[in-house]
Amino acid sequence: MARSRFVGDAGLTVRMTSVMFLLGALFVALVVGLAYAAGGGLGILIGLVGIGVAVYQWANSDKVAMRAMRAREVTPEQAPELHGMIDRLCALADMPKPRVGIADTPVPNAFATGRSPDRAVVCVTTGILGMLTAEELEGVLAHELSHVAHRDVLVMTVASSAGIAAGMLTQGARFGGLGFFGGRRDNNGGLPVWLVVLLVSLAVYAVSFVLLRLLSRYRELAADRAGAYLTMRPAALASALQKITGGINQIPQRDLRQVGAASALCIAPAIGGVSLKTLTSTHPSLEQRLEQLARIQAELSRPSA
Amino acid sequence: MGLWETITGRTRPKRANLDSLFLVPSAAITLETAAGLTPTGDGSVCYRAATGAGFHQTQDEIVSLLRSAANAPDVQTTADEFGFTWLQVHREPDDPEGVAGLCTDLHAVNTTLESEGFGPGLLCSLVPFSDPSGRRVGLVYLYKKGTFYPFAPSGPKRRDNLLELQVRDTLKAELPIEPELSGWLALWGAPGL
Repeated sequence: MARSRFVGDAGLTVRMTSVMFLLGALFVALVVGLAYAAGGGLGILIGLVGIGVAVYQWANSDKVAMRAMRAREVTPEQAPELHGMIDRLCALADMPKPRVGIADTPVPNAFATGRSPDRAVVCVTTGILGMLTAEELEGVLAHELSHVAHRDVLVMTVASSAGIAAGMLTQGARFGGLGFFGGRRDNNGGLPVWLVVLLVSLAVYAVSFVLLRLLSRYRELAADRAGAYLTMRPAALASALQKITGGINQIPQRDLRQVGAASALCIAPAIGGVSLKTLTSTHPSLEQRLEQLARIQAELSRPSA
Repeated sequence: MGLWETITGRTRPKRANLDSLFLVPSAAITLETAAGLTPTGDGSVCYRAATGAGFHQTQDEIVSLLRSAANAPDVQTTADEFGFTWLQVHREPDDPEGVAGLCTDLHAVNTTLESEGFGPGLLCSLVPFSDPSGRRVGLVYLYKKGTFYPFAPSGPKRRDNLLELQVRDTLKAELPIEPELSGWLALWGAPGL
């Protein structure tokens, strides 16, 4: 029987599924809470709008992200090495080849986006192309291809629908309620309906924010794992991560703000978090990522019998 | 990829499909009779060498296994610019074992890598053919898809697409041919081509 050098990470799977379950429960809580406070129709309506906006974001994710990063798509003739590398990785992983983009910015980064593996785009910046060796770049591309294979854009947008709905409600309720919140002021001296709605949506928004960041960090670790197993060279990804995170910290803040919008799907966060760093960062710490890659490296290099 | 794998973000490395490689000897006869293409006696397996001692040990074992046989082929390994390793096996075209022997050699490489847990690193194997006018075409086997496709370089970064399509049509009935033309990976500078 062929042995496998793949070791699963049950802990990561359990943590990830529980966070996703909590996000789903949060969405239900928002809908039920609103139905209770302001009538069943409104609760369901807000729920549907939240999902609708999320689906719209998901469907247009490639265009939005490419525009935010000012990236252009490149053909195999324009970037033969990059395409050749991605061709081989896709053949190794047996997945459809995504489109390839390059963004003209000195910030070393890479991201993957697109609604499905068939319509995905993998994009790298000119900064990362200049900074990494071929082997390291391949590690980064394998990480991004893993995001594509895991459908992380879909997962993250669906997971954020509760937050989107709550965010919109907070905006509405802040101004004393949209027209339909005002209709039921006769609730016998209790809190005004708009205030209840505001409090519920603020709470949902805050919890959803923290959970989403947590989920994002887990997805990054999962992509690191799958990428390292694909190239079979965890060390290359590790040294790329070290170079990139070092490089990002050296880039002036003005450039960073320019790329802030697309940060959630990048290989390394483009914004340096300061306060509440562990709770609110989209990416796991470098130490955490290197530790996982070291475990994979140990398993891959274990001598036979 | 299933729903559960999407939710858990856990893709297992794809396993290689090794069996179809034994279809090559009969395809070689068809190519010779129908298109005048004869095997050059080369054959190679392209794989990703994993880091660490385990892999080097396995690779050394493979090479010494191939060299220890009574009618041993020439064996050598080279690394290409994409970081993949090509393990080349060469038997003279008049070798009595011919392409069948070559395929047995290549299969020995595959099974050893697979049994040591390095199967997910297998990319493709290549058996080159040539005709008297000097045209060369490689029959490439993609391990992850279990399909074949022809690759005919006609100059630096140029492919002879007509020859490739001709080979595809000749072998359509015998081999599982990769249906997506975009999956016909170019292997510039592959050994033996």
